[in-house]
Amino acid sequence: MITLNRDRLFIQKDQDVVILRNRVKEYATKIGMGLVNQTKLITGASELVRNMLRYAQGGEVLIEVVSRGRENGIRLTFSDRGPGIADLNKAMQDGFSTGRSLGLGLPGTKRLMSEFSIKSAVGEGTTVTVIKWKNG
Amino acid sequence: MDRIPILKMGQFLLVTIQIDLYDRIALNLETDLVQMIHKTGARGVLIDISAVSIVDSFMGRILGNIATMSKILDAETVVVGMQPAVAITLVELGLPLNGVFTALNVERGMILLQSRLASDPDEEEDEDDNPE
Repeated sequence: MITLNRDRLFIQKDQDVVILRNRVKEYATKIGMGLVNQTKLITGASELVRNMLRYAQGGEVLIEVVSRGRENGIRLTFSDRGPGIADLNKAMQDGFSTGRSLGLGLPGTKRLMSEFSIKSAVGEGTTVTVIKWKNG
Repeated sequence: MDRIPILKMGQFLLVTIQIDLYDRIALNLETDLVQMIHKTGARGVLIDISAVSIVDSFMGRILGNIATMSKILDAETVVVGMQPAVAITLVELGLPLNGVFTALNVERGMILLQSRLASDPDEEEDEDDNPE
């Protein structure tokens, strides 16, 4: 996979959610991603950034334009230094939430994305990487 | 801008969301709407989201909360104008918009609210023939 372009955003307050959504939209538009995929990508990004704010009081998002073969896509990496997730399998189940949310954030976002991976260590933080291919 | 304007239209309240909401504005809208229903005795709330490009689970929860709170105050909520891409995304995300009525556009939303009021036996509304 080749990275063509990248951008880094720091997330600290809830207004940053809108800034991130706009930035992701810019990148998705630039590679000509269709409206439905764009909406899925931005909605997923919105879920993940909210998780980051709620559980880790913020963090950092890396936005990258990536290409593999003839495919172009957007890769987003959300990293925080929050409390980490004790049971990843549970966190990936629909309806499970330790906060007061609907528990859709992680499993729902996985459904919206082309690729999804999560790494977490208790006491160290969580990193979520997602890719949405332009036609995926 | 920290508040979404709420317009009174007869027995209904009309809200047009023209910006992508961040959390504070969405929560303010929830509170403002409930207070406005109480103050005006409105029987229905129509929320137009045609300009909203993203509905995530937080926003969905707010819409659900508004519907539930309104219901407790005896007012129905109809969300109208959802963009097709938003509808597709919501379903894949798995977000149920429980208790929220939806209609394609403002016009149909109004008809829906009026028909719900008309079917309420306590209400003395002259029932006009349903224009289909």
